[in-house]
Amino acid sequence: MRHIISLLLENESGALSRVSGLFSARGYNIESLTVAPTDDPSLSRMTIVTSGSEQIIEQITKQLNKLVDVVRLIDLTPHRHIEREMMLVKVKVPDTTGREEAKRLTDIFRGNIVDVSQETYVIELTGHGSKLDSFLEALQNFPVMEVVRSGVMGIARGDVALHL
Amino acid sequence: MSENPAKPAAITGAEIFVRCLQEEGVEVVFGYPGGAVLHIYDALYRQDKIAHILVRHEQGAVHAAEGYAKSSDRCGVALVTSGPGATNAVTGIADAYMDSVPLVVFTGQVPTHLIGNDAFQEVDTVGITRPCVKHNFLVKDVRDLALTIKKAFYVATSGRPGPVVVDIPKDVTADTCEFEYPKQIKMRSYNPTTRGHSGQIRKALDLILSAKKPMLYTGGGVILGRASEALTELTRKLGYPITNTLMGLGAYPASDPQFVGMLGMHGTYEANMGMHHADVLIAIGVRFDDRVTGNIEKFCPYAKIVHIDVDPASISKNVKVDIPIVGQVESVLREMIRELESVNTEPDKEALAAWWRQIEEWRAKDCLKYDKSSPLIKPQYVVRKLWELTGGDAFVTSDVGQHQMWAAQFYGFDKPNRWINSGGLGTMGVGLPFAMGAQFANPDATVACVTGEASIQMCIQELSTCLQYHLPIKIVNLNNRYLGMVRQWQEFFYQGRYAMSYMDALPDFVKLAESYGHVGMRIDQPGDVEGAIREALTLKDRLVFMDFITDQTENVYPMIPAGAGQNEMILL
Repeated sequence: MRHIISLLLENESGALSRVSGLFSARGYNIESLTVAPTDDPSLSRMTIVTSGSEQIIEQITKQLNKLVDVVRLIDLTPHRHIEREMMLVKVKVPDTTGREEAKRLTDIFRGNIVDVSQETYVIELTGHGSKLDSFLEALQNFPVMEVVRSGVMGIARGDVALHL
Repeated sequence: MSENPAKPAAITGAEIFVRCLQEEGVEVVFGYPGGAVLHIYDALYRQDKIAHILVRHEQGAVHAAEGYAKSSDRCGVALVTSGPGATNAVTGIADAYMDSVPLVVFTGQVPTHLIGNDAFQEVDTVGITRPCVKHNFLVKDVRDLALTIKKAFYVATSGRPGPVVVDIPKDVTADTCEFEYPKQIKMRSYNPTTRGHSGQIRKALDLILSAKKPMLYTGGGVILGRASEALTELTRKLGYPITNTLMGLGAYPASDPQFVGMLGMHGTYEANMGMHHADVLIAIGVRFDDRVTGNIEKFCPYAKIVHIDVDPASISKNVKVDIPIVGQVESVLREMIRELESVNTEPDKEALAAWWRQIEEWRAKDCLKYDKSSPLIKPQYVVRKLWELTGGDAFVTSDVGQHQMWAAQFYGFDKPNRWINSGGLGTMGVGLPFAMGAQFANPDATVACVTGEASIQMCIQELSTCLQYHLPIKIVNLNNRYLGMVRQWQEFFYQGRYAMSYMDALPDFVKLAESYGHVGMRIDQPGDVEGAIREALTLKDRLVFMDFITDQTENVYPMIPAGAGQNEMILL
């Protein structure tokens, strides 16, 4: 089953490789991993999307907790939560029809065109991973030059919070 | 300090290093110098509180520090240089990680401005050791040095112990700052559990007392957690059979009738059958290692399982347990004993008597029997004689292979910390440096290294260290001219195709020992075994290398073949 795990870890060099090394050493899956410093610069927040049986997920959370650099951890999956991923897509739009079609699709998906050149658009889109997938499907008539996805970040709804 | 309002004078990183070790009460450091640690060696030279033991290879330094820690209640400390010094230390660090040995390993590093430049003797030590340490640090600023060392000792020795590596660039040891050693340490990201959950302990006790076929299965965690006394008290109060893992031998007296021997691949018939048929399993300080469980699908099919361990990640890792208790083994067992004394329930006497009758039937198979009338020296006999003549009270180290299993099976350990071997990583070559560390921690005790002609050659250079420091270790070399355990598997599972398992071109171990200034003996008759050990033990101030020429084809029995269940043993 797919799980989304959020962690706070010491913002120190090497902390990221401890986490990624744990996953490769123990043969766990990583679908995506995102990390950045938080409002407290001594802490980083990481979101990992992984999958496995209940027993494996239990081991993953325990092994992550055991890393000395991991301060707190939450498996968001059983909680009501919000997941977001950001995508930047560069598409070729050589003619007016194409440009109009691309603009229309972007509007429908509530995205933004953030760069325009003679023959290309860069479209920015944020949402659940499945929405980004659908958008890429909708773009199938366009020559897509490049796709950049951020990986998933997540936060729990309501009172549940991951903080110190 | 209060008399002197002036700020403390700034001292170098190397001096801070020495002061920190002194503050930690470190008495012995095992190490080997090199370019990146020259400032530190200079600072060590100018003090006399910490003894530095010069080994002959960095692997030996870390294993010796392990032996020191395993045979005492102290943290082992090793010091090596950058690059090859650090890579040579990795085997020891990995060994300590697998067996949860409290260890702080200091590695020199190239100066900070050269890091990442492929400088002379540079390796990414933090990167290389990351998967086999409890934690590691790179100290980039002399002002962080004291706090980092404090953290290193705290992390290494608390919770589930393990090795911590501190990588110190050379310029950090030359830079100066004021020295202040933190008295206490608190880390927001590291808070090992101490006390177990009382509700869980009560629940566990209810289950334990309801058992009809109980079995205590205890391991290295009991020894690391200094819980042998509590375990012995609880086990005797319950009257239940108890088995120890390879790492747990000595946690419960082997001479006690409730002890049914070691379990696992080469455990006793009674221990493994007891495990298989148990209805309640009380697992304490163990990790359900594959050498213990055999085929996990067939493991303890009838048992409800209680598991006490300080490491939450050990619980339900390999085997799903029914009642987990996370906490320090000692404190949990003490609480359990108090609880046991206050409840009115007692174990089911009748069921227990029937269970013991069954166990005695299994025990009567005498699964550790061997041919006592052989004209060849039987390795089991040598270990048994060693046990007899040392009164079962020696510190015994071993290497890895058949001799390790015979030492575990035939030297009855009655006390914790007496049996020092490499259980998890299975590192050949540890025996001699382990013995060095054990002898430093216990200078007046008899320290014996039970080894084989293959393993001993993996760290043979340490015979030189033993001479330099007058370590009177008794080496019991069970020389069967084979990589015995490999040969045994080839006999059982590869139709006797003995690929590369014959140790050709062996040295003359007597002359080898003598060339290092030690006493060498060669024993090839069963009738001479006792006399030789006796003589070796009288040479109190000499290292004696006893080369026993043993039966080449002897196998370790009983055996659970890989992938089989605990009730599917090969007996002699």
